[in-house]
Amino acid sequence: MSVEEELSFEEALAELEEIVDKLESGELSLEDSLKEFEAGIKLSRFCAKILDDTEEKIEMIIENEVGDLEIKPYNSSGKE
Amino acid sequence: MEQQLITVTELNNYIKYKLEDDKFLSDLLVTGEVSNFHHHSSGHMYFTLKDEDTRVKCVLFASYNRSLSFMPEDGMQVLIKGDIGLYQPRGEYQLYVKEIEPEGVGALHIAYEQLKKRLQGEGLFAAATKKELPEIPSRIGVITSPTGAAFRDFLSVAKRRFAKANILLAPATVQGEKAEESLLAALKRLIDYGEVEVIVITRGGGSLEDLWSFNSEKLARSVFAASVPIISAVGHETDYTILDFVADLRAPTPSAAAELVIPSCEQLTKHLKQLKTSLIRAMKEQIKSRRTALESLSQRRVFLEPNRELRSLKQRLDELKSRLKSTFKANFSLTKEKLEHQVSRLDSLSPLNTLARGYALCRQEDQETLSSVEEVEVGEEVEIVLADGKIKSEVTAIQLEKLEF
Repeated sequence: MSVEEELSFEEALAELEEIVDKLESGELSLEDSLKEFEAGIKLSRFCAKILDDTEEKIEMIIENEVGDLEIKPYNSSGKE
Repeated sequence: MEQQLITVTELNNYIKYKLEDDKFLSDLLVTGEVSNFHHHSSGHMYFTLKDEDTRVKCVLFASYNRSLSFMPEDGMQVLIKGDIGLYQPRGEYQLYVKEIEPEGVGALHIAYEQLKKRLQGEGLFAAATKKELPEIPSRIGVITSPTGAAFRDFLSVAKRRFAKANILLAPATVQGEKAEESLLAALKRLIDYGEVEVIVITRGGGSLEDLWSFNSEKLARSVFAASVPIISAVGHETDYTILDFVADLRAPTPSAAAELVIPSCEQLTKHLKQLKTSLIRAMKEQIKSRRTALESLSQRRVFLEPNRELRSLKQRLDELKSRLKSTFKANFSLTKEKLEHQVSRLDSLSPLNTLARGYALCRQEDQETLSSVEEVEVGEEVEIVLADGKIKSEVTAIQLEKLEF
């Protein structure tokens, strides 16, 4: 599902919550329930993947000699 | 000696006038040490302000001291704003205090209060203008000293909550003369870069002077205008800077800021698991309820004993058949009886029967039966029909005679 790729974790989580609410309401037809269920499982996998895949990233943003923004890895000594 | 004689009262009145008329002696700023401080039950405060060599009596009336942010104490160095006046009953001059601040922070404090009031008046602190914080920011900007304890604290909480935090630090000088400019530049870098969803401006505790750059009006206005929500976490819990008021959220400490802004990985994982469990449970529930409905349908008798209905129909058919038969029979015999009756009636009306009883009918040969003597003439031949044959005869005479029965 390509739509997911454009979702943020937050949006995916919110969508998943909505699907669970819809399914729990029991007002959907069986066909729609199955569709929603499938979408929900995909979203939960998508969210879990983000949690698993996110890498720790601590960087610094500084302005270099010519006045451009530059991103550098952070080290606790604080040296640029 | 032609000098004018005056009373003590007149003297003190004159001195009072002289003191109060002197521009130099009103709105004075005086510094010194508090001694003999006494908070009278009337609410007024009395003390002596002294330095190494000399002293002056001071009074701080209740109407002025109610809004004091601190309680003066003996030995405390203070900065006082007030007017010189005379206490006539004793002929003593004294300092009538209007404002008092612990020395050193006094001037800064006044400036801080004035700026706070002005910005508040302009609506920079209004709750309605606060931006909403993202629940799960993908990237977090932090403005602080890269070597400071504040960033260390922030990082350690961040790692505890979410091992994979994505943090972009904009290094800044957080105290001293260059701090204001440095903070402004760091904020601009982060906003220009554009990838962070929230910015934390933080530094550890310090004196009012140390934290002074966070009371910058320029910083306050930049933070107010920023497109990204900003959290302030400056100093200790009890320190309030202008930045704290203008920020979208104030965290009491750098660690608290990390708690606020960094999602807990553990909580997120747990939440996600719960959602998945609910999702599966809800789907199972859906299928179960359909199955139950199906089962209750298939338990209906029509499905269990399909012949039962058929048998009852057959029975009904048989019943109808036999009813048809008996009704037909009854109708038939009734009709037969009617027919026989009609036949016997017909029989009784037949002319043959009449002839059998000895009557005859008379007709011209093969003509209609005669019913009047006038239909024939003498000499004509007529037939007389009896039950067993005909008699050919000739009319010999006609006699008109009415028969009476």
